Amino acid sequence: MFGIFRRRRSKDELKERLKLVLTYDRAKLSPGSMEDLKRELLAVIKKHFPAADAEYDVRVEQQGERMVLIANLPVRGA
Amino acid sequence: MNAKAIVVTSGKGGVGKTTTTANVGAALARLGEKVCVIDTDVGLRNLDVVMGLEGRVVYDLIDVFEGRCKLKQALIRDKRVESLYLLAASQTRDKTALSESRMKETVRTLLEEEGFDRVLIDSPAGIESGFQTAASAADGALVVVNPEVSSVRDADRIIGLLEAREIPEVRLIINRLRPEMVKRGDMLEVDDVLEILGVKLIGIVPEDEKIIVSTNVGNPLSLEDGGGKVSAGSAFRDIARRIRGEDVPYPRFEPQGGFLAGLRRLFGGA
Repeated sequence: MFGIFRRRRSKDELKERLKLVLTYDRAKLSPGSMEDLKRELLAVIKKHFPAADAEYDVRVEQQGERMVLIANLPVRGA
Repeated sequence: MNAKAIVVTSGKGGVGKTTTTANVGAALARLGEKVCVIDTDVGLRNLDVVMGLEGRVVYDLIDVFEGRCKLKQALIRDKRVESLYLLAASQTRDKTALSESRMKETVRTLLEEEGFDRVLIDSPAGIESGFQTAASAADGALVVVNPEVSSVRDADRIIGLLEAREIPEVRLIINRLRPEMVKRGDMLEVDDVLEILGVKLIGIVPEDEKIIVSTNVGNPLSLEDGGGKVSAGSAFRDIARRIRGEDVPYPRFEPQGGFLAGLRRLFGGA
């Protein structure tokens, strides 16, 4: 019986996927070009911070009417 | 809605545009409005069969556009509701026969000279010229969406295009909601869809087998009385009243099931 409550509801996953894909759609961006952007950003960061690691997070996010690029780039590993 | 010319659209095909046009159009007419429903899906017309008027089509929208008949001659009067009319799409032509300027002129004539209170424009699927022509004459839009991934994504795209056209009133109809799946967490809830798409709601239509039965015989379900508070027929009637500015509360969409189903839920069955 408790399995029912532990199971991740499929609509939650759909909602997350939709929000992400619509952010890209609205920004007229392809998820692939975001991957390129991430790689290039990391290359630039590494030039200045050689210890920067690959654990980075770059994404576009809808904030009200605005679309913002959020980058979280650790410059020193843990 | 203040809009007199309302395009019914969705982006994705098969989500219920034509059914919505027929049912909301019929319900508006039943409420006393003089209504014209226009099928702009040239080459793939279906509004005529959904309304059971296929036997009466003589002239169509493209005949009007190209001057082969007068607008009045192409208006097909409904057999059940006096103030309801259909302007059929041409079945033998394609979307290249459409024209934004002629579309605007036709809608203007219906509203300003022929005394229509409301024109509902059934858009073809897609975002190309057919949709663009259907939207060109509209000052309001009903976006029909099913609570599933491709329909929501396409609806978002269509909403963007309607906003680019600066259509003042864009409203959302969530069609084919399945309350038992929502309860299980396997279907987006109404609030999820509204949060994702960010437009105002005007109707929630539950999945209802009676829709198929009614289209089989060409009789819009919204014209049949009854069906209970939670039925597609009454949902379409509610939408018509909301379009007319009435504040109609939404019924609770509880999963169906009688006493036994209730007992099963009570004792922890899935």
